[in-house]
Amino acid sequence: MSAVKEMPVQQTSERSEGDSMLRTRLLQGLTVITMLAVLFGAYVALFVVGTDATQGEVQRIFYFHVSAFAAAFIGFSVGVVGGALYLWKRHEKWDALALAGIEVGFTLSLINLITGMIWARPIWNTWWTWDPRLTSAAIMCLTYAAYLMLRNGIENRELRRRFASIYGILAMSTVIFTLIIIRIRPDTIHPVVIEPQIATQGAATDAEGSFTMSVTISQTLGINSFIWSVFLPLTLIWWRVRLQNAAEHVEQLKAKLLEQ
Amino acid sequence: MNKTPFWRTTWAIMSKDLRAELRSRELVGAMLLFTLLAIMIFSFALELDRLTREEVVSGVLWVTVVFASILGLNRSMAMEREQGNMDAMLLAPIDRSAIFAGKMAGNFIFTLVVGVLLLPLTTVLYNVPVARPMLALVLLLGIWGFSTVGTLLAAMTVQTRARETLLPIVMLPVVLPLLLAAVRASNGIIADAPSEQWQAWPQVLLVIDVIYLVMCLLMFPFVVEE
Repeated sequence: MSAVKEMPVQQTSERSEGDSMLRTRLLQGLTVITMLAVLFGAYVALFVVGTDATQGEVQRIFYFHVSAFAAAFIGFSVGVVGGALYLWKRHEKWDALALAGIEVGFTLSLINLITGMIWARPIWNTWWTWDPRLTSAAIMCLTYAAYLMLRNGIENRELRRRFASIYGILAMSTVIFTLIIIRIRPDTIHPVVIEPQIATQGAATDAEGSFTMSVTISQTLGINSFIWSVFLPLTLIWWRVRLQNAAEHVEQLKAKLLEQ
Repeated sequence: MNKTPFWRTTWAIMSKDLRAELRSRELVGAMLLFTLLAIMIFSFALELDRLTREEVVSGVLWVTVVFASILGLNRSMAMEREQGNMDAMLLAPIDRSAIFAGKMAGNFIFTLVVGVLLLPLTTVLYNVPVARPMLALVLLLGIWGFSTVGTLLAAMTVQTRARETLLPIVMLPVVLPLLLAAVRASNGIIADAPSEQWQAWPQVLLVIDVIYLVMCLLMFPFVVEE
């Protein structure tokens, strides 16, 4: 292992000051837009759309629960893309992107789990049940916790980036597994919320506990999922990459200081 | 420089592992003892009566197989590192993916031996007839998948600080889809259900196996590049 030398860290912060300022302004603007969009989505979900006839007010948590999963899915996908690009190009910025995607995805999938539990308490009369969908979602979160542990367990930076990229790609299988499990396990009680329209209009949906949504409900769900899965990951990942760059920069400065 | 052909390399690495195991008998021995203990512990812990036994036996079987395979994987990769053989293999003019295929084949055979011995053992200890040819086939497919993902991940974790502790943590979530399909198939077979009720599961298992095998063959060269 000692054969691998620490790669000389490339100086990436050679951009001109003006360019950097522009990026910061752009990101700040994007952050404001994202916050407004999320607030707008929340407003529509909480005040505009009608209350569900059977489930009552608690059904409104769907708009956040589903959106959080959609956003987490985007985050994890960024993790796969970043990992694959790192293995191909070997530029550390791709690993920073993958890490940012996975951390954002991990946080959002935790939000997904927690909102799901809050919904389940009144509807299923329990916070948690070992339903296949819930179990696979929890294991999906644990996989990404394992990803972060794997990163921490490796001191050599180059090795850490490489292994993290590989594991980030492998871990995607648990995300896909969580997505399809409500279709392949007939005994899950988790509702199939997003389904092709043809299937919903057909005679019967195969999953138990699925329900037909009114047009306004599905529209609100669509608006929220769109906002959450486009703006939120973009902004958060951008911030996280900047944080990573800043941390790398601090490390470089520290190393330089120690050399003197 | 001419490279040694893929299959000859794979065969050589696999037979090296088999020969070393035949002489030392430490890996399969430890795995077998572990499976025996695990089955007994499950039996105590779950306080099984006859009906429950029939319901849980496939779960017990698969959990035991997964943990036994983790035990073997850790050992087999640590051995390569400690004796410096990994460096020698990396220096040799061979395909990196052939190293993976050889190590994987070795791990597959060890775990399969343990798994096949586990079937009559479970039949005797749990008094549920699990020694059936179809179940052996499912066992083969499941263990194939575990060894594929396991060999790749073990090659990674053996290079980390936490070493043995990290492998189960990174491996168990990834083998979950395999585990689900395998348990569903075994449940159907043990319950004597008509074959159309469970025959989709071995197929699912096969598909996941192929996907994982391709992914791992492609990614292994990135794990060992030095």
